[in-house]
Amino acid sequence: MVVLDYGSGNVHSAVKALEKVGATVELTADRRAVAEADGLFVPGVGAFDAVMRALETVRGGDLIDKRLAGGRAVLGVCVGMQVLFGRGVERGVDTEGLGEWPGTVDELRADVLPHMGWNTLTPPNESRLFAGIADERFYFVHSNAAQTWELEVQHPLPAPLVTWADHGGGFIAAVENGPLAATQFHPEKSGDAGLQLLSNWLRTL
Amino acid sequence: MTLAVRVIPCLDVAAGRVVKGVNFENLRDAGDPVELAGLYAAQGADEITFLDVTATVDERATMYDIVRQTAEQVFIPLTVGGGVRSTDDVARLLASGADKVGVNSAAIARPELIGEIADRFGAQVLVLSLDIKRSTSEAARRGSGFVVTTHGGRRETELDALAWATRAIELGAGELLVNSIDADGTKDGYDLELIRLMRAISSVPVIASGGAGRVSDFPDAIAAGADAVLAASVFHNRELTIADVKSALTESGVVVR
Repeated sequence: MVVLDYGSGNVHSAVKALEKVGATVELTADRRAVAEADGLFVPGVGAFDAVMRALETVRGGDLIDKRLAGGRAVLGVCVGMQVLFGRGVERGVDTEGLGEWPGTVDELRADVLPHMGWNTLTPPNESRLFAGIADERFYFVHSNAAQTWELEVQHPLPAPLVTWADHGGGFIAAVENGPLAATQFHPEKSGDAGLQLLSNWLRTL
Repeated sequence: MTLAVRVIPCLDVAAGRVVKGVNFENLRDAGDPVELAGLYAAQGADEITFLDVTATVDERATMYDIVRQTAEQVFIPLTVGGGVRSTDDVARLLASGADKVGVNSAAIARPELIGEIADRFGAQVLVLSLDIKRSTSEAARRGSGFVVTTHGGRRETELDALAWATRAIELGAGELLVNSIDADGTKDGYDLELIRLMRAISSVPVIASGGAGRVSDFPDAIAAGADAVLAASVFHNRELTIADVKSALTESGVVVR
């Protein structure tokens, strides 16, 4: 397992949480290690444009594309999820994202932001990430999110599984789309439920 | 589908040990921080806060090792405050495993620090820690009556608590830790008037701190508008468990995890 090392906030917890559920984890941006890992965890903390710029320094978009082209698993977390969309608008700054999915990440319409704390969500029944933990709460800390899902998938491709949560309106809390998965909340900070989600993800690899 | 109210045990740390005193004085040993953090997480704490209570006074750097060890065992959010003076201090704490940092005196001395931290790491990383006192000073009479203090409540400033909080949010603070120096350690309950005033001016989450003694104090703080409740000695002295607090909140109709 590789946790992508590109100077993003607290990656220590992601490494420790993955180790806790049995993974062998390397914190690196080495191209070969990233390409060959069974799973790539993409963390992300801070402003959308800052995360995009930091990702560019390790050619993160290219690394993710190459893995996905080979059907190899990638899990984006928090802003590491947000940058997978087409664009992000934050504090008036409009930034192009990695564009794995169409759509815009922008500010939630809630009275109190950031959305900070433990919230519920509504995963689809087929979800593998949320198997056994669909009723648990997970830890969110963010002000922006994707609030519409725009990707339409044609038969025979399987439809992406989109999990919604609510804070001043619905937003996307998680996506499972073939090898590419993402969570807006922090599984590495969501106690036992979060560890179970990471364990579920490992099981899909 | 509602965000749960957070219950946050606060561990005041001095020289690597958890301590507790009344109004930040007469500090007593209350245990090992890493062990206690693990215990509280197991009991259902929603976050853990470490405050290095000697950092400002003794010019001591905060406890990276304690943070690192805790983050290896405890998979819930961890806030660390005390002695944070620069974006580099924040970077080092985040790299050690902290999710949020509490900033207090350094932001009062140099408010631009708030924007610098928010720009580099995002507003969600920055908890503005406020030690607030009711005052009869001239400055207080001109404003809300609540002033910001420094040095663990020992020094009053002329900053009006509400005006400072408003400005700090504009600059990029992501959360307010509202600590009443008057109520701290008294166990007479949170300063509800202060929480109400802070809630009214704040667009970011408000954490109530200082004065928790009985289980009923917690729902009172939520009713006054707090998004989270923080307490220290009632937990350290084993007078209340996290579960006791959560039951009381649930009985009052407050949603908890």
